[in-house]
Amino acid sequence: MPEIKEKKDDLLIVSSSPHIHTVENIPRIMHNVILSLFPPMGVSVYFFGMNALLLMLTSTVACILTEYVFQKGRKKEITIGDGSAIITGLLLALTLPPAFPLWAAALGGIVAMSLGKHIFGGLGYNIFNPALLGRAFLQAAFPVMITTWSAPLTGSIPVDGVTTATPLSLMKFEGQMTPYLNLLFGNVSGSLGETSAIAILIGAIYLLYKGYINLRQPFSYIGAIFVSGGIFWLISPDKYPDPIFHILSGGVMLGAFFMVTDYVTTPTTPLGQWIFGIAAGFLVVIIRLFGGLPEGVMYSILLMNAITPLLNRYTRPKIFGEVKVG
Amino acid sequence: MNLKTFKHGIHPTYNKEFTSGKGIENCPVPKKVIIPLQQHIGRPCKPLVKKGDEVTEGQKIGDVEAFVSTPVHASITGKVTDIAPYPYPLGGMVQSIVIQRSEDISDKTSNDFNNKENSKLDISSLTSEDIRLAVHSAGIVGLGGAAFPTHVKLSPPENKEIDAIIINGCECEPYLTADDRLMVEHSEKILYGALAIMKAVNAGKIYIGIEANKKDALSLIKEKSAHFKEIQVVALQVKYPQGAEKMLIKAVLNRDVPLGGLPMDAGVVVQNVGTAFAAYNALQNKKPLTQRVVTVTGPGITEPKNLMVRIGTPFSDVIDVCGGIKEGNKKVIMGGPMMGIAQSRLDVPVIKGTSGILVLMESDTIRDFYKPCIRCAGCVDACPMKLIPYRLSDFGRFHMTEEFKEYGGMGCIECGCCSFTCPSNRPLVHWIRIGKLRLREAEKKSA
Repeated sequence: MPEIKEKKDDLLIVSSSPHIHTVENIPRIMHNVILSLFPPMGVSVYFFGMNALLLMLTSTVACILTEYVFQKGRKKEITIGDGSAIITGLLLALTLPPAFPLWAAALGGIVAMSLGKHIFGGLGYNIFNPALLGRAFLQAAFPVMITTWSAPLTGSIPVDGVTTATPLSLMKFEGQMTPYLNLLFGNVSGSLGETSAIAILIGAIYLLYKGYINLRQPFSYIGAIFVSGGIFWLISPDKYPDPIFHILSGGVMLGAFFMVTDYVTTPTTPLGQWIFGIAAGFLVVIIRLFGGLPEGVMYSILLMNAITPLLNRYTRPKIFGEVKVG
Repeated sequence: MNLKTFKHGIHPTYNKEFTSGKGIENCPVPKKVIIPLQQHIGRPCKPLVKKGDEVTEGQKIGDVEAFVSTPVHASITGKVTDIAPYPYPLGGMVQSIVIQRSEDISDKTSNDFNNKENSKLDISSLTSEDIRLAVHSAGIVGLGGAAFPTHVKLSPPENKEIDAIIINGCECEPYLTADDRLMVEHSEKILYGALAIMKAVNAGKIYIGIEANKKDALSLIKEKSAHFKEIQVVALQVKYPQGAEKMLIKAVLNRDVPLGGLPMDAGVVVQNVGTAFAAYNALQNKKPLTQRVVTVTGPGITEPKNLMVRIGTPFSDVIDVCGGIKEGNKKVIMGGPMMGIAQSRLDVPVIKGTSGILVLMESDTIRDFYKPCIRCAGCVDACPMKLIPYRLSDFGRFHMTEEFKEYGGMGCIECGCCSFTCPSNRPLVHWIRIGKLRLREAEKKSA
């Protein structure tokens, strides 16, 4: 009765449903994120020259090699082609000052991938955003280098020697404001990819259009910064910067669209995502206005990363039809 | 047009064009049918015939005295040649009655199931009890795929008041067009069937939910139902799984079926268009459910068709009528690609719940090994039950029944949206099924 087909290329495949699948996969998502980083990358090369390019290259290569070494050592599948290591490398570089030494950037990449990602088991298992963890390490290890800022150039001459202050440190330590237009286009000193709000928005709009990120997280983050920054500004407009300055300066834009939206290290539930964004945004303003550092984006996100599992646990959405029966 | 829908869900590629323009053809009468004694949810039937008996088409050959059960009927005239366990399309073996076609019947015998003529069904003289009895004795089950005995759904307990019935014309599964064609070709029979179902539960209103991609069906049903003031056609957004009862009730009436409850807890009874059609045949023509429309489709089928097939016809016969299967490794699926069941052999019979036979070639299905979860929350945003599939799936895999229960795993309707969406290709719904199984076992043990 059973008709067993001997022909090997004419078999019936059996598996459980569903039998069709979306075209999306990890490499496809990651490669689209890399594509969306092109505008800030381009702007950084435009304003900070070859050094920006070399920094991005160095930290990316360091990340890829570290991932390779870890996976080879653990006899796991080599997944350097999925693009996630490239994203970590690029995001790390985009948060560094233009004149940052290349060897230190490489070290940052190695720490980001090893302590930030592979020590936990690799993609999907890490608690903290690897790029930010790498940057936190660099901030602790090289506090002077990481706060030595170069003035933007509109050419490709390597940046050396010319140091200046970022809009945030100008505000914090000298009470000096930077024009919004400069903040929008990125014609200010700062980390590679954080200076131009417009370039970041172009990349973000692409990701939103493609559906890879949702608006909840960036909106709640930026909104919380705007509101809490605004409250302090209203209390004392002479002492504190206005909320628009808060949003456009420093790493807020890059953080909002590329780090608060990170899949692995931020909540999965809608309510959790709102809480994450609002709390992190509030932390940014507190650190900026009352902390020892001019910038708070990095620590705001890392701190919230740490409580993400908790948020996931306690913000479970109500199941459809979950009501008391009768 | 203001289209209604539910929250979450997915938009797969529908691929309905293989068969959506093709009228329902009669599948030739098979030489042999295999009629499983259990084609429904509930108690299996006991055979009413013996090996060697002559049976005629429409004769009741299996029944049992249990409320949640329904009889089976001979779908061809011939001789009973075997009563034994036979392979079953839902897996495993099921006690079945095999009937060999009698020689004086040709394979071109006319088929009144596919008769395009309509006669008005007069239900004014029928009581609800008459309708329920007729539906029961005709062996009618939910023809959307779940195969739940229809008369049970039509017998709500007295404390549950049903104010509306919804006729499900969503057909949200990709590839399938059986319900669509039925609505286009037999619209009036469906309407009469729906009126009978409404009378059986003493409801006052009929909603017919049809997704907007079935334009012909939508406008035709609208036109034909215009003079019935109790019927309202509701155009719905195209989204999967809109045909799932709870989602359909939400979309059409904006009512939530309580978790763990039934549609009747929201005052609704949902019936598939195929079921309404079968009810018409049972009441008007006194025809038991011995045939149904099956969409035979997919890239692996030479000539995709919509066929009126006799229950019990082996899949291989139906596939041969459609020019056979293409060479190469493939999946043969009973039902649609989202919830259908892959077959390991082709000698299984078409049963009451067979809405389609779908053949996908190996290249149409992804068979990569799964990757780690990156917590993209795609499954969370897709789940129409608003569950957390990525966590439930781990609870299921790792025997964490307590957590599985706490996270509401039993609420999963197994629509497969999570697995479909997952960029890491994780078989989420599969692991959740395992979790449900383990929780049920654990609860049985502790009880």
